Amino acid sequence: MTTVKTHKTTDLFISQLNPFNSFLALRENSLDLIKEFGLPSAKDEEYKFTPISKKLEQSIAVFAQAEETALTPSDVKTHIFAGFEGDLVVFNNGNYAPDLSSVSNEGYTLQSLKEADPSLLGQIAKAKKDPFVALNNVSFEDGVYIRVNRNSNLKKPILFLHFNQSNKGQVISPRILIEVEDNASATFIEDTVSLNEDVYFANTVTEVQVGANSHVDYYRLQNQSKSAITVNNFEADVARDAVFTSAVVSLRGDMVRNNLSLNLLDKGCEGNMYGLYLLNGKTHLDNHTNVDHTKPHEESNEHYKGILTDQSKGVFNGKIFVRQDAQKTNAFQQNNNILMSEDAVIHTKPQLEIWADDVKCSHGCTTGQLDEEALFYIQSRGIGKENAKGLLLYAFAGEVLEKIKDQAFREYCVTLVAERLGNY
Amino acid sequence: MLSIKNLHASIEGTPILRGINLEIKAGEVHAIMGPNGSGKSTLASVLAGREEFDVTEGEVIFKGKNLLELSPEDRAREGVFLAFQYPVEIPGVSSTNFLRTAVNQVREYRGLVPLDAVKFLSIMKEKIKLVEIDQKLLSRSLNEGFSGGEKKRNEIFQMAMLEPTLSILDETDSGLDIDALRIVSNGVNHLKSTDNATIVITHYQRLLDYIIPDHVHVLFEGRIVKSGAKELAMELEEKGYDWIKEEAGQSAV
Repeated sequence: MTTVKTHKTTDLFISQLNPFNSFLALRENSLDLIKEFGLPSAKDEEYKFTPISKKLEQSIAVFAQAEETALTPSDVKTHIFAGFEGDLVVFNNGNYAPDLSSVSNEGYTLQSLKEADPSLLGQIAKAKKDPFVALNNVSFEDGVYIRVNRNSNLKKPILFLHFNQSNKGQVISPRILIEVEDNASATFIEDTVSLNEDVYFANTVTEVQVGANSHVDYYRLQNQSKSAITVNNFEADVARDAVFTSAVVSLRGDMVRNNLSLNLLDKGCEGNMYGLYLLNGKTHLDNHTNVDHTKPHEESNEHYKGILTDQSKGVFNGKIFVRQDAQKTNAFQQNNNILMSEDAVIHTKPQLEIWADDVKCSHGCTTGQLDEEALFYIQSRGIGKENAKGLLLYAFAGEVLEKIKDQAFREYCVTLVAERLGNY
Repeated sequence: MLSIKNLHASIEGTPILRGINLEIKAGEVHAIMGPNGSGKSTLASVLAGREEFDVTEGEVIFKGKNLLELSPEDRAREGVFLAFQYPVEIPGVSSTNFLRTAVNQVREYRGLVPLDAVKFLSIMKEKIKLVEIDQKLLSRSLNEGFSGGEKKRNEIFQMAMLEPTLSILDETDSGLDIDALRIVSNGVNHLKSTDNATIVITHYQRLLDYIIPDHVHVLFEGRIVKSGAKELAMELEEKGYDWIKEEAGQSAV
């Protein structure tokens, strides 16, 4: 007999669920998990610094799914970043909006999840690992499934553009599944638009399977309204000789939790995780990353950098597993933070578990203020103090931004970052 | 051009400079020598505006302005240049962009039009010859991965670009091999004119074979205890600093 834990936030979500009429097995299993384990409590080690359940309980009034809002193609157009060239996949409060999207299907196939009913759904992001995956499993209405064909090199990126707005309900549950077959390459970009400043909770799950010898880049910009609460679960399975790179630029939000897990499943594969966060006001951002080295000759590189000011709070938790089989692993991790105010806080924690004996692993984290000596050096050449600060902060941030290979998106991020740093 | 009167400065309550008096006129080269810990680098830092030093007494007038009231950037814009003893490595800031920003902010302050990229590059190419730096170095991050000699040459290159009226070389010669020393000195001599002045802070007389000073001052325990012509440097080289310390000790009694 299972004991059903009572948990206020959990019950609030469950009470508002729509009856299941698709993906029954996935949803029913996940519902059992949620009922059994509940959403993370304050005592949950994984959510120690991010009291997400309490935040939801306090901020969300209606735990039902937000209804779709009225969106026109011209609304969509104004929110596409300058210089973007590629295919467009629009989400209206978490639901795929085919009428607003522009999908060429060249080298890949895009279908709605309901239409495709892929068996892979829910196999990569494990509901047992994080209750918000289970919550998305029982909540999402319809997402997208993209299959990139074997040997196909997508020349242009695919942009996922989310339009979020509390609308009767306040819960938004986008769902994306990407299957990249062998020997292919693709770039995905994700951007989210908050249509107003009302509170909502977006609980996203993205699953990516990277086939053998394929190259996949996935870039995300988190620049939502100051009252947006989001949990993003992102998990990728990476096959032999494949390379997967994630870059996340986080600029705004109330409370943002990012779980990023890379499963390096076979020899010669590589996983890269880059992150830049510029936090101000009361924004709370938590990056939890996890890379699992399972076979020999795998490599992972991770670099997260943050600049925090006002009363903002950051969390970085980076797990690296190197299993017994994974000899000759190279795994590198860095987290650097600059605190610009007395009240800004960062919790940073590297976590390495190494079971193999012939590996190269390194990790390091730094937290400090702006380098006074460097600042004086720049000023002593006639550059004003504010300008000098901006130069140093921008240089600090630039190291992550240059990992973004798509030029238009990189320039867009550069502009947003420069605008933010110009305020110092 | 520069008039320092009874300058006292301390760091975290410990007095370092205890009454410096110094007059420098346009066209002059002044050498400041002295044993370790006498306050040479502190003097350079106070003139450039480093914040950790507190000026407790005295005044510094530069071209008629109270230098101590100006921010470090405004001192630079007025024409003060400090060549750092330990130039700072700044990853992620390209040397070229940095210098162009600096040059144009200085020009703006002086009421000159900013240089466009083309004009800036052509001036840069001209001035870089002076210090024999490989131009490729300037496409890298500022001082990052530069050798000791390259960093010092880069300081002189920056000086050439900013065209200061008062240059302060803080132990620019320390750690340089003879070739680098020659290059750095040539650069400094080339930039010398009747309109500008140079303060050369050094521990070793060797530099003064290349940069000939008009005046030599010996700093000891935060005061200038002896001044003379260039021959004073020779005397210090021969006899060391002990006799200076003795003299200073006697006069203090």
